[in-house]
Amino acid sequence: MSVEYNADQKIPHPAMWGVLYKSSTPFWDGVKEKRVMLQRCKSCGYWLNPPRPMCPKCRSQESEWVAAKGTGKIYSWVTFNESPHSAFKTPYEAVLVELDEGPRIVSNVVGINSDELEIGMPVEVTFEDVAEDLTLPKFKKVG
Amino acid sequence: MFDEYLARRYRTTTRPKKEHYLVKDSAAIVGIGATEFSKDSGRSELQMVCEAVKAAVDDAGLQMEEIDGFVRFEMDYTDEMHICSSLGIPKLTYFAECGWGGGASCSTIVHAAAAIAAGVAECIVCYRGMNEASGRRYGRIPGTPSIMTAPRDHFGSILPFGHCTPPGWVAMFASRYLHEFDATAEDLAWVSVVCREHANRNPNAIFYDRPLTVQECVEARMIIEPLRLYDCCVDTDGAVAIIVASAEKAKKLKQKPAYIVGATQGNATEGELMTSYYRPVISGLPEAWYTGQELWRVTGAIPSDVNVAQFYDAFSPLIPMQLEEYGFCDRGKGMDFCRGGDRIRLGGELPCNTSGSHLSEAYLHGMNLIAEAVRQIRGTSTAQVKNAELSLVTGGLGIPTSAILLRN
Repeated sequence: MSVEYNADQKIPHPAMWGVLYKSSTPFWDGVKEKRVMLQRCKSCGYWLNPPRPMCPKCRSQESEWVAAKGTGKIYSWVTFNESPHSAFKTPYEAVLVELDEGPRIVSNVVGINSDELEIGMPVEVTFEDVAEDLTLPKFKKVG
Repeated sequence: MFDEYLARRYRTTTRPKKEHYLVKDSAAIVGIGATEFSKDSGRSELQMVCEAVKAAVDDAGLQMEEIDGFVRFEMDYTDEMHICSSLGIPKLTYFAECGWGGGASCSTIVHAAAAIAAGVAECIVCYRGMNEASGRRYGRIPGTPSIMTAPRDHFGSILPFGHCTPPGWVAMFASRYLHEFDATAEDLAWVSVVCREHANRNPNAIFYDRPLTVQECVEARMIIEPLRLYDCCVDTDGAVAIIVASAEKAKKLKQKPAYIVGATQGNATEGELMTSYYRPVISGLPEAWYTGQELWRVTGAIPSDVNVAQFYDAFSPLIPMQLEEYGFCDRGKGMDFCRGGDRIRLGGELPCNTSGSHLSEAYLHGMNLIAEAVRQIRGTSTAQVKNAELSLVTGGLGIPTSAILLRN
């Protein structure tokens, strides 16, 4: 399935949580340009995911943002039958996608029925404008 | 340290010497008190907390004036200043608060026992009061204000996708856990059924008069797949207070002391609040593993020494996962341990959650589990384990957590 929204309700916006900590701004800037941007340690190459100010492996503060291919596999998934938030119509799925580069991101699926959704399923990114000021990276079946 | 974490090795050479662990046997839980557990208390959290503290003070045989410390939950809506003003507690010399939601439960005992061992206070109240059923429910977005409005970038990466609230977050771990170890909804149901059996013996439990079968569990409505109704804890209004006193003082009080053998906390790297989905493996609970490793180290006990356990069970999959992380079985074998219920029910090799716990007694953020562990030591549980000598309690999962080991 795809997520359906209640038009009169505001979808949680990432900026709500970015007031003090700005580490994921490049990710959301990338989404506006239809890219999945990932942060990587410049010194040792370890993925900083979710974005962090320092590399937990080598403690370098030098990092770079690189565009992911946008392909990956379903690592885990759930179906919300009871909506915790008024913006989302039930049922809908939340998925954890393991990108081919390694990092995982939480997202939704587009056009995949929950009965065919399974761990290990190959998916690719697609971008959905869910509100005037919000585009989300979601995932559909490959091909 | 990073690679050590990934390999899950517990290096003890960087830990304080075991002989320096002053908490062991220096303090005891001497009093427990609670309100009724209900779906609508009809009164404030402050009022319920005061009632629970008074009940605990009476239970211990203390005078209110002897209380000199408080440990609160960071998430609690009440505080020691107003509690003392209502209860007429003249002065405090120690007060602290513990973070991380239900992860704070046994942390409160860590703080209290450490303060007592250090001579900072002698008689400390640890408590939790919540109108979680009638007030702000954690399963709804406005229900968890302190979490949801926290300036954490990471929430901006998950909430726009509707991946909100604790049941959804834990369901994501559970989905992967069930997949990796090939477990079914029916396997999981045994956890809820055994907790319910224990609740059916406990008149204070919300589900005291409601039996539950495996069939009912697997046919119950899906909340957040793979979690069904009875895989989730029971939203509750109520308050619980636990009083910790020095071992010396405990000997002079009314109740049989439940001595604190060990009280430990644990955090693991690359964590996010109940959404640590970015570690190499997410079908385990490394915080619980660290907490357990440290508990066994400082107490010198091993899992098979434990006679009865109260595992934090906001959701049913957390019990098999903790059986693995605390070392009661091998990784991936937690579900086998629970299947059929014989090993975890009263009379089994490790009776678990003997009051009915969060799934069937009440959800008081772990504090009702501590009260039950104390009753097991006193010999007053409604599902009493014969001659229980060592009683384990664990704290909330998916977050920095805590555990205690009590003895008679």
